[in-house]
Amino acid sequence: MKKRTFLPECYILLVLLLLYLPIAVVVAYSFNDTKLFHWAGFTFDWYGKLMRNRSIIDAFFNSLKLAALSSLSAAVLGTVGAVGVSRRHFRGRASLENLSLIPIMVPEIILGMAYLAFFSFLRLPMGMLTLTLAHTTFCVPYIFVNVKARLTGLDPAITEAARDLGAGGIRVFFDITLPLILPSVMSGTLLAFAMSMDDVIISFFTTGVQTNTLPLQVYSMLKTGVTPEVNALCTVMLGAVFLLVAVGRLAASLRRGLGGSAPKPPQFFEKN
Amino acid sequence: MNKRQNRFPVAAVPFLLWTVVFVAVPLLYILCMSFLKRAQTWGVVAEFSLDSYARMFTPTYLKVYAQSMWLAVLTTLFTLLIGYPFSYFVSRLPERRRSLVLLLVVVPFWTNSLVRIYGWMILLRSQGVINTLLIALGVIDTPLKLLYNFGAVLVGMIYALLPFMILSTYSAIEKLDPSLVEAARDLGAGRWRAFWTVTVPMTRAGIMAGCVLVFIPSVGLFFISDLLGGAKTMLLGNLIKNELLTARDWPMGAALSVVMMVMTLLVIGIYQKCSGERGLEGIL
Repeated sequence: MKKRTFLPECYILLVLLLLYLPIAVVVAYSFNDTKLFHWAGFTFDWYGKLMRNRSIIDAFFNSLKLAALSSLSAAVLGTVGAVGVSRRHFRGRASLENLSLIPIMVPEIILGMAYLAFFSFLRLPMGMLTLTLAHTTFCVPYIFVNVKARLTGLDPAITEAARDLGAGGIRVFFDITLPLILPSVMSGTLLAFAMSMDDVIISFFTTGVQTNTLPLQVYSMLKTGVTPEVNALCTVMLGAVFLLVAVGRLAASLRRGLGGSAPKPPQFFEKN
Repeated sequence: MNKRQNRFPVAAVPFLLWTVVFVAVPLLYILCMSFLKRAQTWGVVAEFSLDSYARMFTPTYLKVYAQSMWLAVLTTLFTLLIGYPFSYFVSRLPERRRSLVLLLVVVPFWTNSLVRIYGWMILLRSQGVINTLLIALGVIDTPLKLLYNFGAVLVGMIYALLPFMILSTYSAIEKLDPSLVEAARDLGAGRWRAFWTVTVPMTRAGIMAGCVLVFIPSVGLFFISDLLGGAKTMLLGNLIKNELLTARDWPMGAALSVVMMVMTLLVIGIYQKCSGERGLEGIL
């Protein structure tokens, strides 16, 4: 007879509660009718103030633009790069691959410092351009690693067959390889997008006076004074994320109902 | 092996070029800069000097390294202590609930990390949620000083980095063949013995990858110590930021970055030595 205890479930629940505790507090305070820290009744005021706060709204759209631009450029660079190096043997391949992973391995502040120095040496004006260059660089590895893992798992006979039947390299890429790796490209791009949206440190060093991203705006607001608009903004973003996740899971379970495969547990990177 | 495989990959050229221009060159640039002299006001003078490296050994700097390292070690230890049992228990849940729980671990990543740290500020403040609650319950009379100290920074770090540890250890535990543990049990090992002699060693790679993923960023996340530690807790990251933006001493900032880089490579090297992995990808 095996003893059945609920200890493991309780532990899981406790850790999850702790993970969500600060988020729940922020959501609750977005409805708090005071700027201070005691509870003073329910209000929607902060949401109205948020809508009228130009600097937050501008920063939000800057971040959205930046994340879209960098994750898409990185998707192209990373995908073509991964397809390019897969199953090739050339000198320095391992070192180049390790080098390409450096942006997500070393503490971000090193890259931030390096870019600040490098971009001022090149006399590039700090702003959207420098932000996009920096963000694209740290977005590439997310896509590269994901796509490479997927390519390693593919049967090389598939592309060889296409080649034997007379397809050129570009045709093989668009007709055979790309459709097969598309899920990995998409999951990598999505992750890169999220990382870019949330980046504080590298943006801190590569932005100019004119351009603000959302995390930088929030950082300066938190450093100077408390503004519950930030709580409202976070609640809105959280709602959007939960909605997206819920829709994704619903779609997955519908597909499964139609005979698709079960959803895989989430991971940062796909493993071979 | 056919001939095509040995040719240089033309398709990968943009990717390789980008990596060289935007990763290798900037890093080499700050390596060079760290050996230069600072200019009177802004920037550097092209003159070789080891000043920045020499200045690193003054007590003020040494204290910051020690504090930053200690914080990184504690963060790694606590995330492992909290995360490993969590992953272990999750791996034994039924499949549907398993993926739901892991999804819930990942979702906070999609929200703004600063706002999550702000949540802790609201909780820990002297008129904050925890103090108000404790006073209302009669446990304490005067508010405890929970915010703006080392402990608050540690809580923030553990909170921010725990998901990395969970996902790393989980993917190792999930791959573990349960029949190995059963075999150990059949051969007479107790629950704990089986856990320590089979489960833990078999998932060592995941544990080490998690430790690397937590330890490395924890020396650089300057916004966490800024917001939760006040000015009292300095990380290596705060030091670099101050050298650049307050002291405007670029060579010093560069030298500190080089030291941090060397330290990171050392940690990765130890990981590779112990886990037998050669590439960096094993960590991810």
